Amino acid sequence: MDIIINISGALFLLMGSFLCISGGVGLLRFPDFYTRMHAVGVTDTLGAGMILIGLMCYSPDFLTFSKLVMILLLTLLIGPTTSHVLAKAAMHNNLMPKLQQEDNIEETSSSNY
Amino acid sequence: MKLHTISLFLTLTAFWLLNSGHNTLLILLLGLASVLLVLVIVHKMDVVDHESQPLHLTRNLFSYYLWLTKEIIKANIIVVKHIWLGNKSISPTLRRIKISQKTDMGKVIYANSITLTPGTVAIDLIDDEVVVHALLKQDIESLLAGEMDRRVSQLER
Amino acid sequence: MLIAATLAIFVAMILAIIRGIVGPTLYDRILAVNMFGTKTVLLISLLGFVMGRPEFLDIAIVYALINFISVIGVLRYSDTNKFKHTSADEKPLDKEY
Repeated sequence: MDIIINISGALFLLMGSFLCISGGVGLLRFPDFYTRMHAVGVTDTLGAGMILIGLMCYSPDFLTFSKLVMILLLTLLIGPTTSHVLAKAAMHNNLMPKLQQEDNIEETSSSNY
Repeated sequence: MKLHTISLFLTLTAFWLLNSGHNTLLILLLGLASVLLVLVIVHKMDVVDHESQPLHLTRNLFSYYLWLTKEIIKANIIVVKHIWLGNKSISPTLRRIKISQKTDMGKVIYANSITLTPGTVAIDLIDDEVVVHALLKQDIESLLAGEMDRRVSQLER
Repeated sequence: MLIAATLAIFVAMILAIIRGIVGPTLYDRILAVNMFGTKTVLLISLLGFVMGRPEFLDIAIVYALINFISVIGVLRYSDTNKFKHTSADEKPLDKEY
């Protein structure tokens, strides 16, 4: 039983590490601020979640486990809030995203922004 | 009101016990005192209501969370694929989407779920429209199809 | 495996720092700093397990809260008029938009 938990913990950690590095690469590769935000979203939700679930498999007692759950809930609450506030502040300070379709640009330029 | 106070008391006590881990009488009494102090302050601020303690949502909340987790995992796989495929494969889109929720709570849950799913970010919420930036055009189309909207409305009822 | 994950987090943090230094607009920098903060929370929890001292998790919780408050604070400040004037001076940097 212990071996199964350890192996699954290692697998979760591996996936989490891969997702975190992917998010970092996306942060460097994507062309503008709004697309980079999606890359950070990957590391904030599933990247952090996988690593914390992996650590939960290694946790020695219930108290450690519950603290890890608490950190997971905190990251899941904080991540979307910060990215929403960041996007809203950027939009209100007239930073427009690079878009692909022409009709989209017309649609947004006719709106409030 | 009474129910909300009890739920807040239980939440705070659980939070305190899990964070402390000490079980001597003195420490427990100090913890109880701090929890009661927080309750008094919160009552003076008048923020204990159905918005801070949404008990009426609890019935359908867990099935919604399960579905949301599934969606988050799917969206993560797609975004990671497009990170490694490079800039040519993405199609950033900005779009206003109508939302059908009536209460503020439902609107906030919907916008927050959009932001929590990687690939879509809710930028602004004006009356009954939400401005969404998406990494891919398909994401916007799946939002317009209204699966998430329907589930949040179901949660609200 | 714990050590490998710690190294992976280090790599992600370095990538975030590079974006924070290069980043053309101010919001890119705030985004990079925010990601750096969340990665630090993960790093502290991982280091706690590597060293066999899970008490580090308390510090991780506090760090998560401080990170959240600092980002919200910077962005609340960005809504004021004073900030808009200073960022208007920086406009030539992001000419491409």
